[in-house]
Amino acid sequence: MTGTTQDDYTDRYARRVRGMSTSEIRALFAVASRPEVVSLAGGSPYISALPLDAVGEMLGRLAAEQGASSLQYGIGQGTIDLRERICEVMALSGIHGASPDDVVVTVGGQQAIDLLARLFLDPGDVVLAEGPSYVGALGVFQAAQAQVKHVAMDDEGLIPAALEEAIAAVERSGRRAKFLYTIPTFQNPAGVTLSEERREQVLDICERAGLLVVEDDPYGMLSFEGDAPLPLRARRREGVFYVSTFSKTFAPGLRVGWILAPHAVREKLVMMSEANVLCPSAFAQGAVTQYLSTMPWREQIKTYREVYRDRRDALLTALRDLMPAGTTWTRPGGGLFVWVTLPEGLDSKAMMPRAIAARVAYVPGTGFYADGTGTGNMRLNFSYASPERIREGIRRLAGVMEQELAMRAVFGASASAHHRRRGAAAADAPGPDLA
Amino acid sequence: MISSMGAGDEVRVMVLAGGLSYERDVSLRSGRRVLDALRAAGLTAEMRDADVSLLPALQDDPPDAVVIALHGATGEDGSLRGVLDLCGVPYVGCDARASRLAWDKPSAKSMLREAGIPTPDWVALPHDRFSELGAVAVLDRIVNRLGLPLMVKPAQGGSGLGAAVVREEADLPPAMVGCFAYDSTALVERFLPGMDVAVSIVDLGSGPQALPSVEIVARDGVYDYAARYTAGLTTWHAPARLTAEVAAQVSETALAAHKALGLRDLSRVDLIVGEDGSPQVLGINVSPGMTETSLLPLAVQAAGMDLGRIMATLVERAVARSRP
Repeated sequence: MTGTTQDDYTDRYARRVRGMSTSEIRALFAVASRPEVVSLAGGSPYISALPLDAVGEMLGRLAAEQGASSLQYGIGQGTIDLRERICEVMALSGIHGASPDDVVVTVGGQQAIDLLARLFLDPGDVVLAEGPSYVGALGVFQAAQAQVKHVAMDDEGLIPAALEEAIAAVERSGRRAKFLYTIPTFQNPAGVTLSEERREQVLDICERAGLLVVEDDPYGMLSFEGDAPLPLRARRREGVFYVSTFSKTFAPGLRVGWILAPHAVREKLVMMSEANVLCPSAFAQGAVTQYLSTMPWREQIKTYREVYRDRRDALLTALRDLMPAGTTWTRPGGGLFVWVTLPEGLDSKAMMPRAIAARVAYVPGTGFYADGTGTGNMRLNFSYASPERIREGIRRLAGVMEQELAMRAVFGASASAHHRRRGAAAADAPGPDLA
Repeated sequence: MISSMGAGDEVRVMVLAGGLSYERDVSLRSGRRVLDALRAAGLTAEMRDADVSLLPALQDDPPDAVVIALHGATGEDGSLRGVLDLCGVPYVGCDARASRLAWDKPSAKSMLREAGIPTPDWVALPHDRFSELGAVAVLDRIVNRLGLPLMVKPAQGGSGLGAAVVREEADLPPAMVGCFAYDSTALVERFLPGMDVAVSIVDLGSGPQALPSVEIVARDGVYDYAARYTAGLTTWHAPARLTAEVAAQVSETALAAHKALGLRDLSRVDLIVGEDGSPQVLGINVSPGMTETSLLPLAVQAAGMDLGRIMATLVERAVARSRP
């Protein structure tokens, strides 16, 4: 018998999937799904806060009374009823006057990012993105064979000077940056928000450089202290592609998101979406439309905000009370995540097995960088676990960090040399099912 | 085979998979593979996690036998086997004591050496010893004693998790830290160059037999977690590309290891075959992986055997053991 790799297709794969592999970190996340583990690793909204009985009745009616259309194929752009509702939702965020004609309904925000990548990126193109950035978007850009160049943030979000420098550096290298991918409000994973002043600066910089802006705004409605700053798209109509989703304001299981695109490219997006998924789920669109038309969705968003505010407070309090000296973290005004910077010498990825043994899970910072940096950081989620569980999770995590610090002290600073050998950010982050 | 249990007897098997170990994901894949194989062999089988619902289920509706597809501590440190003994439920594989011995690599290596079975020189140290005595001094002694390169791995654990080859002294401290993230005791072993092979052993009623050895050639030279479980990253040769004489010696050594540790039903022995053709045992697994890229199923295929029939026979033997 000759050798086998158990994969007869190795030499047939497209270049964009080379390097994809399973990882130790992915294996550890499998344990995090067990109830014994306090998972602060996922990004799941607290769906139990929904009036599930009423939603169930609504879905039943959708099948029984409108099944002839809701269970049928639909058009690639998405139903006009939903697109009109989406424009109302965007108006609430401050984007006024959007036409339903310029909205393309997608399978979650993820497909929206994917369509934009397909529309604009050739292999070798550069995408600018915050450092750290959303792992799902990094995966899309990797699949498009684009290179992600991260731009630094501080507590006010993206640093304009760093953005200018990144644009200049790309130009100097003879390459072309196609767009800035940004989550300006309650950023995933950092939890920070681009300040009012910087929003104008960032838009000006991009406009001067001829750089398109892809604004991903899943969390803008989840503000804990007053309204979030106006989206970038509310300030500029041209050159800004606005992406959002009902995953955080209603239910991620329905997979409904959208793009608001300048008129000229909307048709191309629709054609690409048809080639991609034919049409978004008619039933899921019907569900969202009914939800927005017949149920108190604005009240529900308030409920989510209150639940998440309590949990954010629980997390910040626990961090303040329990974290070892030298640990710092962001203080998000909304959204789902806190970004932690570990004491010098600690490596969040190397520490993961110890954390899993202590029955607590987080996402190592390396999951949010295309270039393998982020070992000194971790992302903590506060939307899913109860305040009591969050505190217990941080108590466990603090113990793990103390142990790891002691270990580093014994073996010295030279003991931190954990490199990502292959693969990409996704190998260091959990799948979407992890709560 | 199963028909010997009596016409009309329906054999009901519970496959245990998952658990809370680092190898949960691998275990779930092994469990599904075993489940499919048992069903294809005509048995009634269900898969279940080792969680709080397990003992009530064993009490309310006990299966005829359990197949443990759990990897890591729960499945291999003997504790679950002890619980199954308490419940009076038969299971495939060795008993709790043998499992505990095989699971702890330093204990297993000591037993192998006592039995005259070659295994690379080693030292096992808990992390406390490094803080008490000073890491630099201890590591220095280890390198002086064993030389370079070295293999560092957790004293307990599998799937290459926390393991690293150390070729230069400067790489030893990070390797130790990486290892101690998985276990409180590290096994530091002399790293021997040679061919990595695995020998699967099954006992279908006429004594333990060695299946064809499987040679492992990792694409990047390191048989780590990704190389083990990403199809395409490793080439396996079954049987291993060894002369008949060396292959026989490898099989004999593996069988001797299986017996020396008092194992039963099935095991997998990992060995390194030196350039001179002499094999040394690196480790023994009492709950071998059964995934698409695992070694035992490859060996079964190379032997022209059927995994489902083998597992069905082992289930039959487990059931028979439990009957007076």
